[in-house]
Parts: sequence; structure tokens; C-alpha cells
Amino acid sequence: MQQDLVHAIKSNPKYHELVSKRKAFAWILAIVMLVIYYGFILIVAFNKAFLSQQLWTGSITTVGIPIGLGVIVSAFILTGIYVFRANSEFDRLTREIKEEVL
Amino acid sequence: MRLWQNAFAALALSLVAGAALAAGDVGEVKKQSVNIPAIIMFLAFVAATLGITYWAAQRTKTAKDFYAAGGGITGFQNGLAIAGDYMSAASFLGISGLVFINGYDGLIYSVGWLVGWPIIMFLMAEQLRNLGKYTYADVVSYRFQRVPMRTMAATGSLVVVILYLIGQMVGAGKLIQVLFGLDYVYAVTIVGILIILYVTFGGMLATTWVQIIKACLLLGGATIIAFGALYVATDGSLSPERLFQKATEIHNKKDAVMRPGALVTSPIEAISLGLALMFGTAGLPHILMRFFTVPNATEARKSVFYATGFIGYFYILTFLIGFGAIVLLMPADSGYMVTNAKGVLELKGGQNMAAVNLSAAIGGNILLGFISAVAFATILAVVSGLTLAGASAISHDLYANVVAHGNVDELQEVRVSKIATLVLGVIAILLGIAFEQQNVAYLVGLTFSVAASANFPILIVSIFWSKMTTKGALLGGWLGLVSSTLFVILGPTVWTDVLKLGDAIFPFKNPALFSMTLSFLGIFIGSIMDSSEQGKRECASFEAQDVRCQTGIGAEGAASH
Repeated sequence: MQQDLVHAIKSNPKYHELVSKRKAFAWILAIVMLVIYYGFILIVAFNKAFLSQQLWTGSITTVGIPIGLGVIVSAFILTGIYVFRANSEFDRLTREIKEEVL
Repeated sequence: MRLWQNAFAALALSLVAGAALAAGDVGEVKKQSVNIPAIIMFLAFVAATLGITYWAAQRTKTAKDFYAAGGGITGFQNGLAIAGDYMSAASFLGISGLVFINGYDGLIYSVGWLVGWPIIMFLMAEQLRNLGKYTYADVVSYRFQRVPMRTMAATGSLVVVILYLIGQMVGAGKLIQVLFGLDYVYAVTIVGILIILYVTFGGMLATTWVQIIKACLLLGGATIIAFGALYVATDGSLSPERLFQKATEIHNKKDAVMRPGALVTSPIEAISLGLALMFGTAGLPHILMRFFTVPNATEARKSVFYATGFIGYFYILTFLIGFGAIVLLMPADSGYMVTNAKGVLELKGGQNMAAVNLSAAIGGNILLGFISAVAFATILAVVSGLTLAGASAISHDLYANVVAHGNVDELQEVRVSKIATLVLGVIAILLGIAFEQQNVAYLVGLTFSVAASANFPILIVSIFWSKMTTKGALLGGWLGLVSSTLFVILGPTVWTDVLKLGDAIFPFKNPALFSMTLSFLGIFIGSIMDSSEQGKRECASFEAQDVRCQTGIGAEGAASH
């Protein structure tokens, strides 16, 4: 990419808006996923009793079942949240930057 | 029930072997009689995929067609194809078998295999799409010295591809032996020949559609078995509580099948395994390559979203299948438990046949045939994806960019990749035969550790850290590759269990925590210490890379046709 185009893009305020918003959003979601997953693994490693409780009085289903399935579902939901915002707001900003500099 | 005790002990003994069981190896199996419906359905699949290959061959002319299906795959299609690449037959059979034997613990693995996907989504999918062209080496050599970076990235790709291939080929041979009553050598050879045909003639377009068909078949088949089993096992109530209740009555572990057991013991092993599962996914070359088949970042994101949904749903199904199998197959009078040579009761064909036997139990020979054909189709699809990734590393990275220094005719490059496919196909057959009697379970653990330690760190750092230089990347990349391989060989799984050399030199079964740390440290120190002019230029060119990465301006577009 030519240096002048790089400078034109970098001096566009919308570029900074895009980069800072996306960076914050992506890292927050990534950290949420890491916390959920490693939280789960650490509970498995250190507090098996917690996951072994009955889900309701007399149930065979343990607390661990919805929590384990919940981690799977949370992965899907988090990617959905990201796509929803990225494919609307971030793509709109990208389009506007392209229109302004190209 | 000594068998169960032994099985639990073995499982507790080896986290890696457990992971491998779940993803790359179908374990000990026994040959069964010829299954006619299975063969008919399998032949139908082969005919359909060869038809697609013929169709794709007409449309595969340029290098971009061959490596990236012309960049014209939609997000939804690519999501299915990614799921197809990722859901191996061994994970279908292995995880359901793990749940069958161990209950809740199987779920812990499923979770680990899935959580890498959101990370790929947030930190890599669109970046890869915006920076790369055909292989992930395009991304890691973007602003660095081409020859050493490509050489390292291609080596990392090939190591991962070949290790993964061995596991898949051995699994394929054993599975086909069981399902179709075919000789191991024939089975492995058929797989090899078919994938050579798909990839050489149809390139990425045929490979993608083989993945898509396989993903639909596998998701459909698993849905039928899971809900069919839930329906039959709960006498039509479809209540999971009822299923779990019956399972605890039948399983000799009783209530313990509903609780985490011995699978995750040492926190260091647990975290290290988690790292390998999570970031290994983000370092698998055949998965990374899929991001270049979509036209832009928007579609790249969509494909991860769909893929995460399909894969997550699939793992929930395997969990249900495992519990369904406990209820319907485990009772001694079910007809699916046989007494083995040691006089103990075990599942017909071995624990990894839980899903297959369950299909027979609820749907008779027709469903059994369908699921068998699906399992075979699954192996074909995964192996062809791997072979294409390996061939691309050879032709696009090593031949075109290292040997020919980028001065190469496009048609010549495609020709080289076809030759590479042929060679890799033959190598896959030979490795499959050579490893027939070996326990290949540890290979999946090794594959994910290598991918997480060698490919992932340089990729992620090259995207996000402006101060990385070629020297740092080479130091970190090679450190990760060599250390992860060495740690596995010197660790308990290979040193003690496979080579039987006594106490392991490296004490952990899962090296990723250590080898990834070494790799990142290598990149960091190597880059900081690098005061060369070349290094300064590379840091300066981060700006242009980052602008392209963020906006997609200048990125490879879809092919015009």
C-alpha cells in the first residue's frame, strides 16, 4: 500500500474510531470467553463438589450439566454478539473510510 | 466389572491419551461382517463427491481457484465447511465413546474443543482474511523476510498436517475394517486414492463442497441418533432427567457419571491441556486456509459464527449419544455387550463404537449403514482438507516463494501443488500402513500442542505487535516447534507409555503451557534484541500492514468470474 494512502487513512478520525472501538470490543469478548472457560476448568480441578450438587431437590441432573452446556452455548452467543456489531457498525465505519479516502 | 475399573484407571492415567481418543484415534476395534446398506450408501457418497469433483475441475483454472475456490464461498457455506473440517469421525466416535465410559468427563473435552472458535473470531478471522492470500504463511511473512519465514511456517504446517494425517489414516483404516469388513490396507489405500482425486482435480472448490456435504450428513446423522436414542431410552418422554436417571441406574459408576471424575486432576495439566485445545485450533493450517475462500472480512466473521454454532450443537449431540448408549447398549442383555478375551464384558467393537452400535439399536441395519457411510465420508473430507493444506504449504510457500523467490508462473505453481498432493496422498497411505499396529492416540495431543506452540504465536504476534522482527519470529517459532515436539517425546505419554523407557524426563503430559511460553518469550526477546536495519524496516512497515488489516483496503478480493 502506498505511504500517502496509509497516511490518509490514519489521519481519518473514523479510522481511529473503528480501531479503538473494535479493539476494545474484541479483547473484552475474548477475555470474557477465557474467564468462562478457565473458570469452568478451575472449578473442575478444584471444586468438583460444586458441580456435583443436585440441580433441584431430588434431581439426578447435576449443576455441572447446565454449566458445561452453558459454556458451549456462551461460545456461540459471544461470537454472535461480535458478528452482530462488527457486521453492522464496524463494517459501516469501514465503508465510510473507504469512501472518504479512495 | 474389571473392565470399567481398568478403563477408568487408563483414562485417569493419561489426559493426552484421553484427548486423543476424543479426537484422533478410534482405538482398538474388531472387524465385522460386510454391511450391504453401508456399502451402497457409501458408494452413493463417493459417486456424488466425484461428480462434484468433475464439476469443480471445470471451474478450477487459476491458482486462486485451486487454493481458495476463487474466493467465492459464502460465509454460511464456509461455516459448514469449517465445521466439516473440524468435526472428525474420531471426535464423533471418540467423544461419544468417552461419555459412554466416563459420563460427565466427556463434556469437559467437548467444551475445550469448542472454545478456541470465539478466540479465532475475535482476534484472527478478519485479520487473516485481510492480510492473507492462500496460506497462513502469507500473513506471517507479510512484512518479514520471505525465505526464512515461509520456510518456518511451511515446516510448521507440514508437521501439523502429517501428524494429523497419521491419526486420521489409522483411524480410517480401523473404522472401515469394522464397518465394512474391508482389509486395513485396502481401506487406507481407498481413502488415499479418493482424496488424491478430490484435491488434484477439484482443488479447494471440490474440497469445500465435500466438507459441506459431509458436515450436513454428519449433523443430520448425529441428530437422528441423539434424539432417536433420547426418545427410545426415555420411553417417548424426551426428558433428559429421565435419561440421566436411567443412565445412573445402569452404569456401574452410578451417580458418578453425572459428576466430573478423574479426568482433570492436576491444575497444571488441566490449564496446559486447555491452552493446547483452545489455541491449537487457531494454528491448524487446514482450518486457517478456509478463511481465504470467502470474499471479505464480513463473510469471514459469519463463517466463524455458523461454524461455532454447528460445532457446539454437534458436541451437545455427542453428549446425548453417549448417555443414550449407556441406557440402550450397556445392559448386559442389550445384545451389544460381548465378553472379550479376558472374560470381561465390553461394548461390541470397542468403546469408540458407541455411536455406531447405538444407530443399529434404534434404527436397525439401514441407520447403521447410513451412520457407517457418514463416518467414512467424514474421514475422507477431513483427510482431503489436510492434504490440500499440506500441498499448498509445499507449492505456494516452499516452491513458489522459497525456491523460486516468487518468480513463478501461476500454472506451474498449480502443477507443483497437484504433484505435491499426489506425493502427500501416497505418503498418507504409507504412513497409515506403517502405523497400523501403533498406538497413535498421543498424536492428536502432539498435533494440537505443536499448532498452539509453533504456528499460533507467530501468527497472533505478527498481527498485533508492531515491534516483532524476523529474528524474533524465527527464534520464537522454531523454539515453539522444537520444544513442543521434544516435550511430548520426553513426556510420560511417549517416553514412558509408548517407548517404555521408564520415568519421563519432562514431567507433564500436556506441554503447551511451557512450549507456548517459550515461543512467546523467544519472539519477544529475539525482537527486542534485534537492532538491525532490516528489523527497523520491518517495525516501520507494521503501520501499512495494520491499516490493511483493519480496513481490508488492498486485500485480496474475490475472483472476477
